[in-house]
Amino acid sequence: MSFVTILYAALFYFAATILFVGLAYRVYEYAKIPAPLKIPTPPAPMTQRGVAIRIFREVVFFESLFSATKWTWLFSWIFHLALLLAALRHLKYFTDPVWFWVSSELVQVAGHYAAYLMLAGLLGLFARRVFVDRVRYISSPSDYLILVLIIAIAGSGLMMKWFPSDILAIKLFFVGLLTFNFSELPSDAVLLIHLSLVIALMIIFPYSKLLHAPGLFFSPTRNQVDNARSKRHVADWAKRMESTK
Amino acid sequence: MASKFETPEVRKFPVIPKLENSATSHLSPFKSKQEFQSSLGYPGELVENWQEKAIDKMGDLLGKYRSLRVYLDSCIQCGACTDKCHYYQGTKDPNNMPVGRQNLMRGVYRRYFTLPGKYFPKLVGATDLTKEVLDDWYSYYHQCSQCRRCAVFCPIGIDTAEISMAAREVMDSIGVGQKYCNEIIGKVHKIGNNLGLPEPALADTLEGLEEDVLDDTEVDVKFPLDVKDSEVLLVTPSADFFAEPHVDGLIGYAKVFHQAGISWTLSSHASEAANFGMFIGSYDNMKKLAMRIREAALELNVKRIVFGECGHAWRVAYSFLNTLAGPFDFLDPRYPVPQHICEITNGLIDQNVLHFDKSANDDMTLTYHDSCNVARASSMGGIMGGQFTIPRKIIQTVANNFYDMDDETIREKTYCCGGGGGLLTDDLMELRVKGALPRMEALKHLIEEKGVTHMAAICAICKSQFSKVFQYYDLELDQIVSLHQLVSNALIMNKKEV
Ligand code: SF4
Ligand code: SF4
Repeated sequence: MSFVTILYAALFYFAATILFVGLAYRVYEYAKIPAPLKIPTPPAPMTQRGVAIRIFREVVFFESLFSATKWTWLFSWIFHLALLLAALRHLKYFTDPVWFWVSSELVQVAGHYAAYLMLAGLLGLFARRVFVDRVRYISSPSDYLILVLIIAIAGSGLMMKWFPSDILAIKLFFVGLLTFNFSELPSDAVLLIHLSLVIALMIIFPYSKLLHAPGLFFSPTRNQVDNARSKRHVADWAKRMESTK
Repeated sequence: MASKFETPEVRKFPVIPKLENSATSHLSPFKSKQEFQSSLGYPGELVENWQEKAIDKMGDLLGKYRSLRVYLDSCIQCGACTDKCHYYQGTKDPNNMPVGRQNLMRGVYRRYFTLPGKYFPKLVGATDLTKEVLDDWYSYYHQCSQCRRCAVFCPIGIDTAEISMAAREVMDSIGVGQKYCNEIIGKVHKIGNNLGLPEPALADTLEGLEEDVLDDTEVDVKFPLDVKDSEVLLVTPSADFFAEPHVDGLIGYAKVFHQAGISWTLSSHASEAANFGMFIGSYDNMKKLAMRIREAALELNVKRIVFGECGHAWRVAYSFLNTLAGPFDFLDPRYPVPQHICEITNGLIDQNVLHFDKSANDDMTLTYHDSCNVARASSMGGIMGGQFTIPRKIIQTVANNFYDMDDETIREKTYCCGGGGGLLTDDLMELRVKGALPRMEALKHLIEEKGVTHMAAICAICKSQFSKVFQYYDLELDQIVSLHQLVSNALIMNKKEV
């Protein structure tokens, strides 16, 4: 095993632990804290099914954002879609045998062009942060840095088209990480840069605004059923104030 | 200080204003005094170790309210909400952008409750809780009417009102309370209503109203107080007892009950629908105020509870009352608890019990202001969007001339009147006038286009606010009307029982 392989294997285990344990812990915390009052915003669904549909529309179409600002919606929707496509394409590095639909030409080609789309979306979001005075005002250094980080991930990923690595070896490395059957990681500069950036993203995820991903599912204005008149909704901590009168 | 300001210009085509840093940092409402503070269980002045106490209180609230925790974590700083607040549009102050307002607390949250904020505060915009930050909190968390317009547009549904409420609760707990809200809550605890109107004065007022209505209509419409075994307990904002145009609304409810033959009563114990406990984010105070209504309903042995025209009262009633003061299993199970007076009137219209002479309102061309708390924090009629359709349907049943304002300014996207959330006080007049701008613009456009003369509302705060700020926008104070005032004008009364 080369030093590079050992280093990256260790880093990936470390980052994956932070990402998954960290996220699981956040979700546990969010789930544990009660929402003591009903605060859904209109149009508020009156059934659990309605809530599921509402969240689905928010997650898939970013409906509220669409009604708020078309440009931000366009850039961020493109970015997130491209992220999904790229993620699907990358599944081939983690599955053996590769699931048939992942290896399909459609997924692979779409995943490739997704990198360009992603860059377009991210640059749009970056430009908005720089040029719109209101967005510039609220931006802290970390807001720019996260964008730069993801731009660099997409950019370095794309670069691998021109600085190719041994795809099979990369795959063996990752499948090896999952099955504890370790194998050499090629030590090409562009690849290592790409992977380092991904590791950084995994580590900051549970400590940053990237928590908006689980946050949306726990947002009481969006996930509550509008049934306050027919059903009481008393939080555990409020029960001690319950009177018998 | 309060009188030296300019009314914002009403623009033909509103555009998003450029930022003006600290444009309204000078605006802070009067602070509460020892006596009001202690009656609510808060310290009378800034406590010694206030920083520590405030952070403790924040930690406490973060463990009690999922909204607060999730919303402080999840903001993407995307900017989608930045132009959605009426106070930003009217004042141009960046701290009045919803996310700007949230960040005042988010910075402190990050500093004391998150790893990156502890070690790299500059990087993530974390701030120490200094006296300056506390002053900003006091100022800008009292420039939020908790109207939730921002929450409708945010991709995550972040509700700045939740953060404002928490901030006010934290400040109260270290002895920095707002005079207007806390004085009023104290009065309700002591006397039963916001105005501190004692039972004999209330009885007098109601008697006077009976005489007035008899003179006007020759019908003996009653305004009962504390009458046991009535069908309905009516809980209404105390402004309905004498302020204009509120009182015309109260007359409207009374006529509706009279005409439908529904026995009803007011209660001197619960002579106030408003629940300012919500404005200061205090579950305890909100619950105590809500319990009066339960007690009154039990005491008077009524079958249903009905709320009069009041926006945030209806929010607390519709969304919280059952949770705070339920279960209401001693009431008639055929009706939701509580009901809105518009639901009553609407139901009677549908059953063909009420008949109207629409021409009685022909001297007016009307529009309708969706009050923020009714529109964005409640519903009516058990149907999605009933809070929008039912009031409009009533107006169109009792009046001939009705137009809606611009789509972007009504229904769930409605603009707050500028005086909600505990800001309806003279020491914030500049904020109230500026915050009314988007609503005034939409109204004035409709006046120009359609010749609208009057705007109806179903909220005591909206009505008081508009009758104060209209003059700044060259409108007459009587151009704001109660919805049930229109009902009252047109309702055909049965005179034979006189
Ligand atoms: S719209 Fe929501 S996520 Fe975006 S900046 Fe405003 S509060 Fe934050
Ligand atoms: S709740 Fe209303 S007043 Fe408060 S920040 Fe949001 S839009 Fe502005």
